[in-house]
Amino acid sequence: MWSDLFLLPFLTGLCLALILPLLGCFLRLRDEWLAALAYAHVAAAGALLALVGGVLPALGGMTAAALAGAGKRLFARRLAGGAAFAVLLLGGWAVAVLLAANQPLAERLGHALFDGQLYFSGGAQLALVVPWAIFAGVVLLLLSRHLLLARVYPDYFRARHLRAWPVVLGFDLIAALTLALATMTMGVMGGFTLIFIPAWIAFRRAGGWRRGLAIATLIGVAGYAAAFFLALWLDQPFGPVLALLLIALGLVIA
Amino acid sequence: MPLLHATKLVAGWQHPTTAPLDFTLENGRILGLTGPNGVGKTTMLAALAGKARVFSGSLEIRPGLRVALQTQDVPPVDGLPLSGRELLALTAASPDGLPPWLAGRLDVRLDRLSGGQRHYLALWAILQAPADLVLLDEPTNNLDAAGVEHLAGALRERVARGAGVVLVSHDHDFVAQVCDRSITLGEVADVV
Repeated sequence: MWSDLFLLPFLTGLCLALILPLLGCFLRLRDEWLAALAYAHVAAAGALLALVGGVLPALGGMTAAALAGAGKRLFARRLAGGAAFAVLLLGGWAVAVLLAANQPLAERLGHALFDGQLYFSGGAQLALVVPWAIFAGVVLLLLSRHLLLARVYPDYFRARHLRAWPVVLGFDLIAALTLALATMTMGVMGGFTLIFIPAWIAFRRAGGWRRGLAIATLIGVAGYAAAFFLALWLDQPFGPVLALLLIALGLVIA
Repeated sequence: MPLLHATKLVAGWQHPTTAPLDFTLENGRILGLTGPNGVGKTTMLAALAGKARVFSGSLEIRPGLRVALQTQDVPPVDGLPLSGRELLALTAASPDGLPPWLAGRLDVRLDRLSGGQRHYLALWAILQAPADLVLLDEPTNNLDAAGVEHLAGALRERVARGAGVVLVSHDHDFVAQVCDRSITLGEVADVV
């Protein structure tokens, strides 16, 4: 059980289970939880494009997600009110499905990305996820006060001449790249589950922001570990098992 | 140098919406802007904060002035797990001096407080933030008599510690009680 075959995927997913619920809380704070699905679909499309072009899929996925995160600001006026994320989601999904339908190689990877097969992760993925999760966590905690302030007191934020764009751009890039890594590792819906459900429960139940972050992380890690072993035991794809487990938990305690 | 010095200041958003206004605000003073609905009190406050446009006249602002602005918009805290203590920490406002009916509820989520309690905490976070100029828009809204009385004392104590305050209010009694000077905005320039 604890051979490299399962240990490496478990540790890779564990790092993401620590960071994704935190990111989910900030996305929910900004009413941008749809961003998780959007970046995940763009990353999947980028990975498939890279595969077809003979480039490392992970590199393609992360590049596509980073470009989407940074580039959506260019169309901010035209894509106001969260429309940017819907457009990215639809565009990513369309490209991914078309590639999978026309390229046998892309079809196999496409199934893995959308089914959520964590067990294919190896040492290279773990080496990428560990430092990124630490970096993203530190940046999120550093941005935390400004993100909260911009949400609760936008006028105070402007009156103090605090610059919003570095905060927003930094957050968008962290969100896009984290989601890209999560998509490459545990699939589109596996990553979305860890973004959405722990934050949803924490926002319903927590007595304060810090406690909310702690609750979301705890639920994410516990749910992830339980789903990992359950899926292994039942010989089922990881993503759907994680989603069903956390949905059940959420319906009981949220 | 005064914190603010306005000469025949006319403000607006797309077009001018206020009568010309003259005033000077020194440190330690409270200026009240009153007048009927629609004369542009909130717009004038927004112009002082750099949000609305100055169409004519002049507005001199002391260099390096730290501004804290409270608007009538309610902070969007419904469904957000944020306690009162965390709200105050966001603006680096001290909880010292809060009324007893709020001091004991600082660790409660904001969306589980009453409307008046939530409003007063949101106002307190701005009033007690480190700032040289505090701009308040209708601060007595949603406050009961005890809240208004406590706010009056807190305002006097705040300017005594070093700040200037401009407040907009339709509550003439409150303005008369706390302000060193009040100006009634009108359709035409009728500076009092």
